[in-house]
Amino acid sequence: MRFIPVTCGEQDEMLDSVGVPSIDGLYEDIPVGARLARPLDLPGAMGEIELAAHIEKLAAANEDGSRMVSFLGGGCYDHYVPAIVDSVVSKPAFFTAYTPYQPEVSQGTLQAIYEYQSMICQLTGMEVSNASMYDGATALAEAALMAARVTKRHRVVVSATVHPEWRETLATYVESGTLEVVEVAAKDGVSDGAAIAAALDDATAALLIASPSFYGTLEDLRSLGEAAHEVGALFVVATDPVLLGVLEPPASYGADIVVGEGQSLGNAISFGGPGLGVFACRKAHIRQMPGRVAGRTTDVDGRTGFVLTFSTREQHIRREKATSNICSNHSLNALAAGVYLAAMGADGLAGIGRASVAKAHYLEGALVATGRFERVFDAPFAAEFTLRYRGEATAMQARLRESGYLAGLDLGRFSADDAGLVMFAVTERHTRAVLDRFVEEVSAL
Amino acid sequence: MSDADRIDARTAEAGTREPLTGTLIFERGAEESRCVEPPVLDVPSVDLEDVLGGHARAMAPVLPHVTEVELARHYEHLASANFGVDSGFYPLGSCTMKYNPKVDEWACRLPGFARIHPYQPEETVQGALELMWGLQEALAEVAGLPAVSLQPAAGAHGELTGLLTIRAYHTANGDPRRRVLVPDSAHGTNPATVAMCGYEVVQVPSDERGGVDVAALKRLLDIDVAALMLTNPNTLGLFDENILEITSAVHEVGALAYCDGANLNAIMGWSRPGDMGFDALHINLHKTFATPHGGGGPGAGPVAVSDALAPYLPGPVVAQRDGGFAFAYPERSIGRVRSYAGNFGVLVRAYTYIRAVGGDGLRDISGQAVLSANYLKTLLADAWPVPYDRTCMHEFVMSGGPLRKSTGVRTLDVAKRLLDYGIHPPTVYFPLIVDEAMMVEPTETESKETLERFAAVLRRIAEEAAEDSGLLHGAPYSTPVRRLDEAAAVKNADVAWSPGDGSER
Repeated sequence: MRFIPVTCGEQDEMLDSVGVPSIDGLYEDIPVGARLARPLDLPGAMGEIELAAHIEKLAAANEDGSRMVSFLGGGCYDHYVPAIVDSVVSKPAFFTAYTPYQPEVSQGTLQAIYEYQSMICQLTGMEVSNASMYDGATALAEAALMAARVTKRHRVVVSATVHPEWRETLATYVESGTLEVVEVAAKDGVSDGAAIAAALDDATAALLIASPSFYGTLEDLRSLGEAAHEVGALFVVATDPVLLGVLEPPASYGADIVVGEGQSLGNAISFGGPGLGVFACRKAHIRQMPGRVAGRTTDVDGRTGFVLTFSTREQHIRREKATSNICSNHSLNALAAGVYLAAMGADGLAGIGRASVAKAHYLEGALVATGRFERVFDAPFAAEFTLRYRGEATAMQARLRESGYLAGLDLGRFSADDAGLVMFAVTERHTRAVLDRFVEEVSAL
Repeated sequence: MSDADRIDARTAEAGTREPLTGTLIFERGAEESRCVEPPVLDVPSVDLEDVLGGHARAMAPVLPHVTEVELARHYEHLASANFGVDSGFYPLGSCTMKYNPKVDEWACRLPGFARIHPYQPEETVQGALELMWGLQEALAEVAGLPAVSLQPAAGAHGELTGLLTIRAYHTANGDPRRRVLVPDSAHGTNPATVAMCGYEVVQVPSDERGGVDVAALKRLLDIDVAALMLTNPNTLGLFDENILEITSAVHEVGALAYCDGANLNAIMGWSRPGDMGFDALHINLHKTFATPHGGGGPGAGPVAVSDALAPYLPGPVVAQRDGGFAFAYPERSIGRVRSYAGNFGVLVRAYTYIRAVGGDGLRDISGQAVLSANYLKTLLADAWPVPYDRTCMHEFVMSGGPLRKSTGVRTLDVAKRLLDYGIHPPTVYFPLIVDEAMMVEPTETESKETLERFAAVLRRIAEEAAEDSGLLHGAPYSTPVRRLDEAAAVKNADVAWSPGDGSER
């Protein structure tokens, strides 16, 4: 078999040495009632040529971003990924390594994580970043749990403008009663400041806000942060790191923990996973932070090197008293983010942000001008915006799909209250010509 | 002076080669250097301060500025300071560091998989859904449990999902219960997960044969126990001979049996957790199903459960509908445990692997993994004691205790010395119940010759320990860096570069 280098003859020699007549003899500790007495009911093996054809057929049965013009966002964005990124993450020394338990032979992974952490700190304005988490949703849930540990309080307030799947993840994480979650309804596409202030009290561990929000709007982070701090709660801000080339960093508004979905930083959309859970906080809280963190130190010869550090927070040492059960990170995605940010630089990232914002505003204006859509929110937005369709949104999307467009995200799928609202995500990859053609199609509806 | 000496002297003279690592990407390049140019704006530009409502960034972040060639070389140097499965033998116990087939990497990068959006209409992603459905079916068959959720992003995430599912089941029966039993040989993630689920951890001792102490287990079981979390084969690499008695005792008090599937690579096609009496199982695709570990992730930790638990699984799961495939939400779902449907890129790799090797191939893989571990254990038998010495599964745990007693050389020193021989060390100091533990998992993808060389190297190291323990205390010598000061790392807490920290160009 192609992934087993031991030959049949060698297998016999090995069985001889071990002293069993056949491989079956190695499984005698398994009680008869727990043995599988038949072959697995699965298809047979395939040679690579047949396999490749089968896989290509499955891939071709999907209408991907190279065949459709997509305005879908909602946390996953089609930003351009420079060729150098995949060249780096395709290096076997990176992707076939495990988590860096032996730092002497893991300096590549460790230094790359340290550099990633440094870049996330630069983007968010925070002092400390961990090595990454699974995705934005789990990073948010972990932030809520961390805030509870820091404040020794057990109640969090979350704005309903946070991504619905992130709020659902948070609810699942705390279902056993570890935290009480109070959700505050949105008002005009942004957080309802007065209602949030009313919901905050001196038992509140954290206020959880997203900006850009799920609707694409930018929140009034300054006053929300002040409201959180007034009651001694931590201010947790979810952000889109790819836009931090143009958006003021959350730290400027007093964020204590910053989380985000980092997929846009050099990672494929890949049907929503794997993502990249960005997690950054204040240095004072590092011992309550979940997840891995790499630190810079020196070796016995005085050479600079990197190690996983502050691991006394972690499950392999602290077991049930650990800050989280996480025992990994999304290292390869963090590596991609590091390469992406290094390739872009501050200018490039600002350019991506500026182009995405300008094109989003261009499209928004043009769609409203068609008369088919109307504005519903007054709040400013960056690269994603929500409009109301004057008609049946599902029918509109079905028709435009026939012309090769994925015409935005129908928010009715998340909440009946948002039926009729359609959200459009724009990136630097949408050319003016593509946007103009799309607007023409909409006008012709 | 011989020619060789002269060449050595000249090399030493020229020997100002830059170390591979240590210089940060921030310290390379020049202010004006660029790798990617910002896009040309083809729509009217906007006043950011105005359109962003006063949220435009005032001060740019400090990011690297390098040309593509500097970037390529930087990461090539970092990569060359790394050790992966493609670099050499990686017998890291419990982690199943098997070879990661290249066709899987090709598959997940096809635009039809890499460039599809999770919110596309289902009729535009039928291939992706069919793949996920096929993977669910295959995992259910291997697990012997009928329902699968592909959502969890990692093994620990799968544990959390499985235990929350069990909790929801008990709660729905009006009986949430308070405690979860975990053996003393368990992975640290097990008790950490139990705590995250709001349960109290109760430790179960092991017996003298390395299995669960059944009598002790029975004493701990009562109607307040929600579940037993058990790794089987366990972390000693042993199959628990009493597994049927254990799971039925658990069920007798109305508790459920959760299987940590970390060691599934030993038993595919030979024994199924469902047939052992387990109600839930997580599967590490990055171990058993050959998806790469990625330097720590992404992996995937799908959960397979019994019919009774199926309604509580996190959604979405993939179901067959009207001759096609669709997302479905189990009726009493605990809710999602992450955004979107799963680590799809990892799922593509695992599916590709399963189709490559087929059902019989999975059985052959497990058989060879177990044979290779037993063969290696035999080769080392007289040099390295195995405390619970019986036929092992895909891994075994040796003790460095006697070596430490006779030479003062610790398992840590042995691990570091292995690096000088170009071998990644086994898992060390785990499980906690073995003194100076060294957990060896060769996997099925290593040749007989590699196993024999490893045994010879370990024997050589034992000799070195006896001859010159100082040599081992100082190891490694040939790695890009040597032993690192971990205490200083905590003390200095240097976890991010910043422009003011003095190491700027």
